[in-house]
Amino acid sequence: MSAPHNVRHYPGAGLVTWVFFLWLYAPIVVVVWFSFNENRLVSVWTGFSTRWYEAALSNKALLEALRVSLVVAVTATLVATLVALSAAMVLSRNETMRFRRLSETVVNLPLLLPEIVVAVASLILFSQLGFSNGMARLIVAHSAFCTPFAFLPIRARLQGMSRDYEEAAKDLYAAPFTAFRRVTLPLILPGVFAGAMLAFVISMDDFITSNLLATGGTTTLPVYIFGLIKQGTTPELNAISTLLILASLIIATFALVLSARSMRRG
Amino acid sequence: MSGFRVWGLVPAWVLMLATLMVPLLIVAAVSVAERGAYGGFAWDFNPLSYREILFSEDWDGNLAFDAKYLAIIGRTLLLAGATTLICMALSLPVAYVIATRPPKTKALLIYLVTLPFWVSMIVRVYAWLIILGNEGFVGRFWQWIGGEGTLLFTPGAMLVGMVYSYIPLMVLPVFAAIEKLDPALLEAGADLYASRWTTARRVILPLTWPGLAAGAVLVFVPALGTVLEPMLLGGGKQMTMGTLIQTQFGGARNWPFGAAVALVLMAMVVLVLMVNARRAMRREART
Repeated sequence: MSAPHNVRHYPGAGLVTWVFFLWLYAPIVVVVWFSFNENRLVSVWTGFSTRWYEAALSNKALLEALRVSLVVAVTATLVATLVALSAAMVLSRNETMRFRRLSETVVNLPLLLPEIVVAVASLILFSQLGFSNGMARLIVAHSAFCTPFAFLPIRARLQGMSRDYEEAAKDLYAAPFTAFRRVTLPLILPGVFAGAMLAFVISMDDFITSNLLATGGTTTLPVYIFGLIKQGTTPELNAISTLLILASLIIATFALVLSARSMRRG
Repeated sequence: MSGFRVWGLVPAWVLMLATLMVPLLIVAAVSVAERGAYGGFAWDFNPLSYREILFSEDWDGNLAFDAKYLAIIGRTLLLAGATTLICMALSLPVAYVIATRPPKTKALLIYLVTLPFWVSMIVRVYAWLIILGNEGFVGRFWQWIGGEGTLLFTPGAMLVGMVYSYIPLMVLPVFAAIEKLDPALLEAGADLYASRWTTARRVILPLTWPGLAAGAVLVFVPALGTVLEPMLLGGGKQMTMGTLIQTQFGGARNWPFGAAVALVLMAMVVLVLMVNARRAMRREART
């Protein structure tokens, strides 16, 4: 016969959770730590130095890869957010529409298919069409796989929003687009921003598609970093990684706060 | 908004048709095309690529069963399956502990679980390369306890990287399922003299199952197509379907064969999604 016990407590689970969080953050801490290492060798600590940051920030090839990544990510984010916003408006305002479920699946399709298959598929199509502009290839492909990431937060925000405001605007003879611009859009803006930021991070992070579709001169940041890793690890790589970690943590925090807020207010 | 009713969907349809659906049909066509003499392919019907997955041809044109590619498919399934199981086992206690914290702590811990997920995938995999390497913390500890060889470039190293990459996708749905548990059910279990473990097995686990199954799909599907972990942590020696496809296209080596492997991978993913959809439908029918 067992004594009465606290059902909310499982011995050992707390320890597992502690170890889990330690394990989750250890790699990030290690990279950041060794980026300040003075030594040439990645993992032999000899003293504090910021010289690898100087090396990274004056590395021409790295800055060029960053420029390519930013151009692709910003353009793809704009396209994906507009496509997603437009689709979300239709799908959340016409519950009884034909092909509604199918259309929703189509928008989310990139989430369901393995990325390597999608990347290979675009590669074959582009080469058949003779579409050889590396930058344009990347922008088209990135726009497609970023769309669901922009779609989901916008969709959630639209669903959580009362339609009374929109109807009031229409009763006051606002043209449909005016009602959208002056009433709906400001209300769903947090969702739109959250979606755009997720799309941006997903595009900046992509390796598989960019690696296959890039042509000479359109190396993105992750593809460039992959090349560096293949040459062997250096503290400069840690400095680059630390800067990337910092950037993604800032953007992710912002996006998460925005989407949490847009959920709560709905 | 009547005119907008349909037109708003056109950009999404066009984008997905042009970048996913049409290209996938072309992949299917290429997988049964002839291999080009200088890489690429030629438009002749020839389903040889599928035969190549199972058989190899010697110089005299004799076919012999060859398990080389089956081994790669098996390794891919095994790695993705093991990743899914480890993520399940790990996320149960973690999600349970998080779900029983006060609301503020709960929100913070969930935020901490998702945060590393936003760090660039390549940086996360690279970090494990440092840690597991001969001069890294874990690598040195391994040598200190007398472990043989290096930890890198083994299936174990790939597994660590894959679990690390995909675990938030498991913790979140499992957490959502555990949070919905009615504490009264757990107390009822205790009142009826069930031990903690009996309650876990007979009450918590069945009620958390939908969350675990959802997480399993979210982890298993990307794990099947993973590329970075096998290339960096597996050192290229441990091929998976993802890296096999990558190498067939990367150097314009054998496009029809690469397309055939890509389609086999996609068939596996579609199968998982279909089983999942049926399960979800059955559950909906029951409630």
